[in-house]
Amino acid sequence: MISKVLVANRGEIACRIIESVQAAGYAAVAVHSDADADALFTALADELVSLGGNTAAESYLDIEKVIQAAIASGSDAIHPGYGFLSENAQFADRCFQAGITFIGPSAEAIEIMGNKAAAKKLMLSTSVPCIPGYQDAAQDNKTLIQAAETIGYPVMVKAAAGGGGRGIRLVASADKFVESVESARAEAKSAFGSDELILEKAVVDARHIEIQIIADTRGNVLHLFERDCSAQRRHQKVIEEAPSPFMTDELRSAMGEAAVNAAKAVAYVGAGTVEFLVDKDRNFYFLEMNTRLQVEHPVTEMITGIDLVDWQLQIAAGGSLPLEQQDVEIQGHCIEVRIYAEDPANGFMPQTGELRLFEPDDGEGVRIDHGVYSGTVVSPYYDAMLAKVIAWGQNREEARRRLVRALKKTQVLGLTTNKTFLIQLLNETSFIKGDATTSFINDALLSRLKTDFSTLDYAIATAVLQDNNNPLAGWSNTAPMLRSETYRDGSDGAPQQVFCRQTETGFEVSVNDESIELMNVAFYQDQLTYTVNGVTRSANYAVWDDQVSVDIGDKVINLTRTTYHPVKGEDDAGNGNINASTEGLVIDVLVNVGDTVNKGDALVLVEAMKMEHRHIADGNGVVKKVNVEKGQQVKNRQLLIELAFTELDSTRVDNDETDLIQQASVEKTS
Amino acid sequence: MSQLETKLDVTSHAFRTNVDFMNAYVLKVRGVEANILKSEEKYRDRASKRGKLLPRERLAHLLDPSAPFLELNSIAGYLMNGDTDGSSAGGNIIVGIGFVNGRRVLVMVWNYAIKGGTITTATTRKNLRLQEIAFQTRLPIISLSESGGGNLAGGGDPDPWGAHGFLDGGRVYAQQAELSAAGIPQVTVSHGNATAGGAYQVALSDYVVLIKGQTQLFLAGPPLLKAATGEEADHETLGGAEMHATISQTGEYLAENDADGIRTARDIVDQFPPDASRRLIRDKEIQEPLYPAEELRGIVSEDKRIPYDMREVIMRVSDGSKFFEFEPTVDQHTVCGHVNVGGWRCGIITNNGPITPQGAKKASHFLQLCDQTNTPMIFLHNTTGFLVGVEAEQSGQVKHGSKMIQNVVNFRPPKISIIVGNSYGAGNYAMCSKSLKPAFVFSWPTARQAVMGGAQAAGVLRIVAEDRAAKTGQALTADQISELEKSSALLIESMEAESESMFCSSRMMDDGIIDPIDTREVLIFALETCMETDYRGTEPNTFGVARL
Repeated sequence: MISKVLVANRGEIACRIIESVQAAGYAAVAVHSDADADALFTALADELVSLGGNTAAESYLDIEKVIQAAIASGSDAIHPGYGFLSENAQFADRCFQAGITFIGPSAEAIEIMGNKAAAKKLMLSTSVPCIPGYQDAAQDNKTLIQAAETIGYPVMVKAAAGGGGRGIRLVASADKFVESVESARAEAKSAFGSDELILEKAVVDARHIEIQIIADTRGNVLHLFERDCSAQRRHQKVIEEAPSPFMTDELRSAMGEAAVNAAKAVAYVGAGTVEFLVDKDRNFYFLEMNTRLQVEHPVTEMITGIDLVDWQLQIAAGGSLPLEQQDVEIQGHCIEVRIYAEDPANGFMPQTGELRLFEPDDGEGVRIDHGVYSGTVVSPYYDAMLAKVIAWGQNREEARRRLVRALKKTQVLGLTTNKTFLIQLLNETSFIKGDATTSFINDALLSRLKTDFSTLDYAIATAVLQDNNNPLAGWSNTAPMLRSETYRDGSDGAPQQVFCRQTETGFEVSVNDESIELMNVAFYQDQLTYTVNGVTRSANYAVWDDQVSVDIGDKVINLTRTTYHPVKGEDDAGNGNINASTEGLVIDVLVNVGDTVNKGDALVLVEAMKMEHRHIADGNGVVKKVNVEKGQQVKNRQLLIELAFTELDSTRVDNDETDLIQQASVEKTS
Repeated sequence: MSQLETKLDVTSHAFRTNVDFMNAYVLKVRGVEANILKSEEKYRDRASKRGKLLPRERLAHLLDPSAPFLELNSIAGYLMNGDTDGSSAGGNIIVGIGFVNGRRVLVMVWNYAIKGGTITTATTRKNLRLQEIAFQTRLPIISLSESGGGNLAGGGDPDPWGAHGFLDGGRVYAQQAELSAAGIPQVTVSHGNATAGGAYQVALSDYVVLIKGQTQLFLAGPPLLKAATGEEADHETLGGAEMHATISQTGEYLAENDADGIRTARDIVDQFPPDASRRLIRDKEIQEPLYPAEELRGIVSEDKRIPYDMREVIMRVSDGSKFFEFEPTVDQHTVCGHVNVGGWRCGIITNNGPITPQGAKKASHFLQLCDQTNTPMIFLHNTTGFLVGVEAEQSGQVKHGSKMIQNVVNFRPPKISIIVGNSYGAGNYAMCSKSLKPAFVFSWPTARQAVMGGAQAAGVLRIVAEDRAAKTGQALTADQISELEKSSALLIESMEAESESMFCSSRMMDDGIIDPIDTREVLIFALETCMETDYRGTEPNTFGVARL
């Protein structure tokens, strides 16, 4: 018996689960961190328990806190969602000990499938096809090198305990092997606490196709067909769809059977996913099994009409599967993408801050699972996924068209997102043709999809600044003046000057000698309407501090307005002459002639009125002359030190920044 | 309040002729403004070489995007004070009311691109008028300064740079001190030259922003210094921005360039109390007039003898074209009533002809009513003056005219005048012209201000001459008649010319000429500026702010 379900998760999936829990007539309890105190899911739940803390470790990953929350709220079941504790065998075990139903498989099943090496060995023994590879205990470099030679290059090096794309290296040839093994080992150790690696033959130009399975406690196992998640960036899924455009009936039943066998091998209970790689000849290989509800589960729900969370609840309550395999059918086609607060132009760097506007589309066939609202503050503590946009159609092309439209209509202002990037991907010819493999999103595509802001974009951003709530806005008894605005766009940080002059019904804006006129400009409740070349469009916008954000559908213009930023001096350095700031006693001279100093370094300490006054370098350079010594009394403004400045190496600074950006994007978790 | 219905036939030949005439007139005024801009533009290359913004660019950078801006006295000094061809009208300074960081402020931008922003009589008079508005409305003053000081050829009026002009200049500095004490902040960005008089204008400001490599603020520059004492020094040492920011303490903020200096001024204004509009709620919801503003150009005809109904003007500026007429059954020449303009309750007094004793009584009564309810008054001038004649005199025309003037002068709520057409004789006073100190007074291009019309004046002179001849019993000779006709023609010509709006506006008999289609916006802007006066949030003190 279940009466109350605690949802041990956050964000969109917490909302999604709460919805089905309540629909089934159960009470839903949410747990949340301090950072999530105002999150959407907390408003949807019937009861709330604060876990405190901000980081995942302090909150959603803290097993005891979650168990105590369940006990305190009288919850008799816990749904772990995905991520966090969803594939934590220890947690499943702890639930069992506390007499709480863990909505998912047994701790043992989680344990086995959570270890790539153990899972693979088990699969090999149950004749589920696996990628040729090495998954034994010996981990020394020599053994691994030999194993790689046996498998044949290219080879994938993977953390045995891994997931989420971390600890994975693709090694093209023998000369790079040791280097890759060592870096994967280090990453695996720090990310998963285990440095055990496995090797696999790299299947080139493969597709990532996974099978959704669901099993009850009576040994019944169903497969709910496939999801094609080939469109990945750095091993993270970007587009998920079902059915796979690459699928045949034979392959589907073979893979479905293999997935059911995999589940049966671990006496699986609940919803799970068996992931396979499929090569161009339609050979499929077991990759791993995810023992939880997947992010992309709505795709399966949309083509089967099944509420997977509801089924999970039925199974957890001891019920048997409501349908048999032959009753389950594929209807139409469904595609899902994930909107992240991340900046594709800056190495997909996660973005944090306040969402000024979030307005999900409600078009035909569109489902949007999200956990945010206008005003949500996206914190740096968790995954930056804002929403999943899911579109269903009679056929693949209709689903794709609806999805593109839904993305355009879904309004996200305030934070840079991957929305434009997703629209571009969905409009790529190879995706439209259904040809996307795991190498679809590659560096060449990424650099081709980079977009600069156009004159029209700048014109729209500048027009938005003209929204003034004075009833006489835009009026003057004198000729319109030429205003200049300066922006810094996120991608290259270069300043862009834009000129704007009011016209009869709008504004003429010029950028680098190209000019464009927006006509019939009107503002109504943070929406801009304008006419260009006879076509009238409208766009939502938000302006706050020095930020301008305009969603024009296929693109979101996010700019920093630097028009009124304080101007920094040429190099912001002084003249190298360090004068005494007060009359006093020199208590220390910290540098000698010839020393290299950086701006801000302390040079001389002068004591006056019982206070120590630090005299610091006003630029980067070398000490040219020291005019005072310790113990000397100095007059106000007396010249103490003379510096010779060195040229500032600006390119070096830029490189550092780029490195940091790349580092940050690599460290982003899925 | 009833809605007025137009009798104007916008398809008629007369209407279109009027529009053509008014358009040409508006273009003539705009032409002078365009020539000033052209003169400024000539400096563009030199300005950009020095990394400087042009004066109008400085102004645009100072003001909030798309916030309304009311320029004042754009053609002051036109063909006067050393302006020989109209290209340097405006007194080398741009003056107006606009918004900076959401606050309504007075701005003055020294037009250094024209004659080095030197000070002529027109400059001083614009400066003094700006200060007068500051006293009346309590608006802060933002000055973007760069002036070469007194223009030694800036005269035209008698005694341009003798004692009189010198003392007028001194009045500017005295009022700066008085404004400071009155709690009216003055912010100056010293963009460049500020020598002698210019230096005081800067230093007497409450806030001074200096610009690196541009500010030159001293009593005597290097050449004068060498001539006076023999001492040799460069500009930076004598009065550079960094010197003043680090040693003399003559400025509080050091900026990197023009834009940065203006940014600093905006930051300073951002620390002033929030705009008065935040504490003052408009009386009613705004309604647009039912008739388009463009039609205001077709009401007044070129022939000033052709009458028109001022209600046609009212219904094109009032909210919903509504008018609540006061004593509509008494005297058709003086029209009074309540309106709302931009959501503000107002009274309107206007003329459809001369002011009669009855009309004067009506207007006086209406003024007293509006004073009682703190209702601002709009005067729309269209009068040839007080009515003359036995009946008028015996009805107490002098008494009632005087009383009307008395009521206008002592009327306490804001007064705003628009000179639409004729504004002659004592009628000009009674309708609250510049001499009676309204808060603002603007002219349509068709405005005429004079003691009387030229033809009337010539007629008077002819009658006086004929009377004189008759007294001596001699008829006028043919030569005398032709002489008289010649001098009459000359008089008419010069009086007509000198009552013209551009002549009057160049002499600052108003705050500027406006395009009739801007009338409603000008009124709303002026009304709000006045109504907000008590809500600025700044406080007077007894000593003014001084840097020590």
